[in-house]
Amino acid sequence: MRVRTLAVALLAGGLALTACGKEGTPGGSTPAPTQQVATDVKVDGSETFKKIQSRGKVVIGVKEDQPGLGYKDPTSGKYSGFDVEIAKLIAAKLGYGDDKIEYKAIASAGREQALINGDVDYYVGTYTINDKRKQQVGFAGPYFTAGQDLLVKKADNSITGPETLKGKKVCSVTGSTPIQKVKNEGLTEASNIVELQNYSQCVQQLDQGAVDAVTTDDAILKGYAAQEPEKFKVVGKPFSKEPYGVGLAKDDKALRDKINDILEAAISGGDWEKIYAATLGKSGSPATKPVLERY
Amino acid sequence: MDVLLDNLDLYGPGFLNTIELFLIAAAGSLVLGTILAMLRVSPVPIFRAAGTLYVTVVRNTPLTLVFFFFAFAFPLLKIVDASDFGGSAARYYFTFAVISLTLYTSAFVCEVVRSGINTVPVGQAEASRALGLTFGQMLGSVVLPQATRAVVPPMVSTMIALLKNTTIAAGFSVFQAGSISLNLSERGENQLVGLLWVALFFVILVIPMTLLQRSLEKRWSIAR
Repeated sequence: MRVRTLAVALLAGGLALTACGKEGTPGGSTPAPTQQVATDVKVDGSETFKKIQSRGKVVIGVKEDQPGLGYKDPTSGKYSGFDVEIAKLIAAKLGYGDDKIEYKAIASAGREQALINGDVDYYVGTYTINDKRKQQVGFAGPYFTAGQDLLVKKADNSITGPETLKGKKVCSVTGSTPIQKVKNEGLTEASNIVELQNYSQCVQQLDQGAVDAVTTDDAILKGYAAQEPEKFKVVGKPFSKEPYGVGLAKDDKALRDKINDILEAAISGGDWEKIYAATLGKSGSPATKPVLERY
Repeated sequence: MDVLLDNLDLYGPGFLNTIELFLIAAAGSLVLGTILAMLRVSPVPIFRAAGTLYVTVVRNTPLTLVFFFFAFAFPLLKIVDASDFGGSAARYYFTFAVISLTLYTSAFVCEVVRSGINTVPVGQAEASRALGLTFGQMLGSVVLPQATRAVVPPMVSTMIALLKNTTIAAGFSVFQAGSISLNLSERGENQLVGLLWVALFFVILVIPMTLLQRSLEKRWSIAR
């Protein structure tokens, strides 16, 4: 008898656990365009490209926890998102199809080191170009211009921009640039700042009503809004400029120029818009095309 | 040196919060741990079972998991409301960090105290009962004072572990020493140097505890 009670209890517990899973994954309805794989590509004088050729495949650093940008489906292990599509596009134009790409998930803090060590050939993952980073790595692009923005609940009309945050609880990742900005500029009271381990946790707290807004780059927020458009919205008043670039080894100018050419062609040729529409565009907010900054 | 001086706004408040978190959680876990140890040696079976159950379930459950529970699952139970904390998110998370650390550490404190109780010969307890002392009097005036003497080194180790465990709160909205390196990496500072400073300050915090251990051991030492 006791055994049966236990079995029932376990079964009920198991059912409750499985019911918690989130349904639906980003991507789906309008698939991103597949790229023609280029042949006989030459990048003279690029150490990295030589390495790619001898290896026979390309190793790309991406994010794995940002829906709409760089996201790894935990069940299928497939990567999707805007950054991933850009990475694929670059690989295709370098002569490497989907089957010859190896993704490596690398979090923000480890990016410079991975590029310096040569663990990845290039990195595409919400990587803001700035002068301090240029001392350690190289950047192609920008391929996207993001800005710090706010994610709020769909029904919330009280938050319309950074100046309306006073008295509201704001969440972001511990020590991240956006939350340091909120602190330093006193956008909300110190007691209202919530710092968690990643953005997904912040979004969950927003869903539960424990915080009123999540702040970081609008591209990341759009990813969450695209995932659950009936729940969240992006305020749409960016209050900083974050040009995203493709991270490269510092001195590989040949590959940098090549990737800049690829990005330029994609931006003017219409591929860029198609990729945006298939990923971040699902959040409903329009995008402005970036302007390349070659150096 | 530059990393430290340029970011004093991180190091100063960071370590103050670490110390505050540590002192409150240390006091809490010493009290709760001792109570649990008393339960585990009590003559009442249900008390013993309660103490044993607590230690069995809680001891060495990953601390991150305990934090996770209080930050994400506990609010869903709607036992307390955010408004109970004056609407302050900072105070809310600080309180739960203290509770998590206290619950986690008290299981260790309990076992340390109990091992101390076990070093006191049974004859002492029997003698005090023969003199007519109650269980509480026996424990409080005869057994625990002797037990405390035996457990100074492991107790200090447990407290040092608690001090360093406080850094886990960085991921759960409590700004302290563990948050410093995360802030530094976004400021573009040299993280390695920044972390070395954090490590140095932790050593400085541990030294007084080691000295306390030594002086207590000396003062309470007896010839056996």
